[in-house]
Amino acid sequence: MQTHAAKRVEITIELIMQSRLTRALESAGVTGYTILPVLGGSGRSGAWSRSGQVTRASGMVQVICIIRPEKLDPLLDAAFAVVEPHIGVVTVTDTQVLRAERF
Amino acid sequence: MLELAAANLLSPIVLSFVLGLGAALARSDLSIPEAAAKAMSLYLLFAIGFKGGVSVADHGVDGTLALALIGGIILSAGLPLIAFALLRIVSGLSPTEAAAVAAHYGSISIVTFVAGTAVLEGRGIPSEGYMVAVAAAMEAPAILTALWLVARGAGETRSQGRGELMHEVLLNGSIVLLIGAFVIGWITGPAGLSEIDSFIVAPFKGVLCLFLLDMGIVAGRGMRAGRGVLDRGALAFGLFMPLVGAAAGLAVGLALGMMPGGVALFMVLGASASYIAVPAAMRVALPQVNPAVYLTLSLAVTFPFNLTLGLPLYVTIASALAGGG
Repeated sequence: MQTHAAKRVEITIELIMQSRLTRALESAGVTGYTILPVLGGSGRSGAWSRSGQVTRASGMVQVICIIRPEKLDPLLDAAFAVVEPHIGVVTVTDTQVLRAERF
Repeated sequence: MLELAAANLLSPIVLSFVLGLGAALARSDLSIPEAAAKAMSLYLLFAIGFKGGVSVADHGVDGTLALALIGGIILSAGLPLIAFALLRIVSGLSPTEAAAVAAHYGSISIVTFVAGTAVLEGRGIPSEGYMVAVAAAMEAPAILTALWLVARGAGETRSQGRGELMHEVLLNGSIVLLIGAFVIGWITGPAGLSEIDSFIVAPFKGVLCLFLLDMGIVAGRGMRAGRGVLDRGALAFGLFMPLVGAAAGLAVGLALGMMPGGVALFMVLGASASYIAVPAAMRVALPQVNPAVYLTLSLAVTFPFNLTLGLPLYVTIASALAGGG
């Protein structure tokens, strides 16, 4: 089957920044993304778990975008402006999609 | 005082909190499902707001309502200045960290407020119903003071989007529900309360016990996770700042000539530290500050202190000085 090259960008970020990030992505021309809750993890800021949090300050989410390769730089510029001072991780991987016209 | 302190420590509310705290410190897997904890907090906010509104409808509004709101706003905006100065003296926190922590101590803990009203109700001490509205009004001013402190100093705050930040704080779900329920209670009055009192009066303390069990678990986890984050000076601040805030609340309550319960609640509001609205605002405005610093202080040090020793102390002092029993 014919497949097409695309980029998969995963941004793990604090819940409190979610709406700011998605607005920045939309302004950078990203037409679709998926948001997943994060159950917990550990990193430079220490261990963290979703259970038992009383404040939105401690929540994390993951925003996943699949985009055409030429849209990557504008997306990263927009995302970095939001993510840079905050706890989080941004990764980019090569991927393949079946219906390129959707991205 | 000792009698009230003992009665408070052995109340189901405090013992439920202690159970959760002990379970978390002992690394038990006891936990309250996230959705259940959220539902309980919504219930408590609705019930406390509604009952406050009914109280205002029942007893009427006197001239102190506007003054109490103004007093609360001034208290919330002023306490961070004191907290910031004290933190800079006693702890090794940087100016930005101290400002972020100070914001928490100017704002309020609505759970401590709810527990305070439960103690007052249990002892039959009257208070002004509109103190719920004062509590809501005290959430945000402290954040502005903290941001001003940072901007005045190192200029590290992100001024962009401050309007959006304040919009989020002022319209966060807890405040909307609290004020909304207060207005509904005010409009419907005692007749409205009689329709739903089996839901919002009788189960109230039981739900509060379960909620504080969850808060105990969260505080215990915070103590474990926050070990080593704070120096001794910062830890001491978490214990004496509530007394400073309570003294300021006492002065405001007495100056306004409030009922003993109202004075006690002003003390509770002055003494308590936010761990819901302000941490979220600080993560947006001051992301360079480690959230474990302020969450550990407000949730794992000050909240347990207020719940166990602070509340009976504030109620006793307010009753003695404001002329109640």
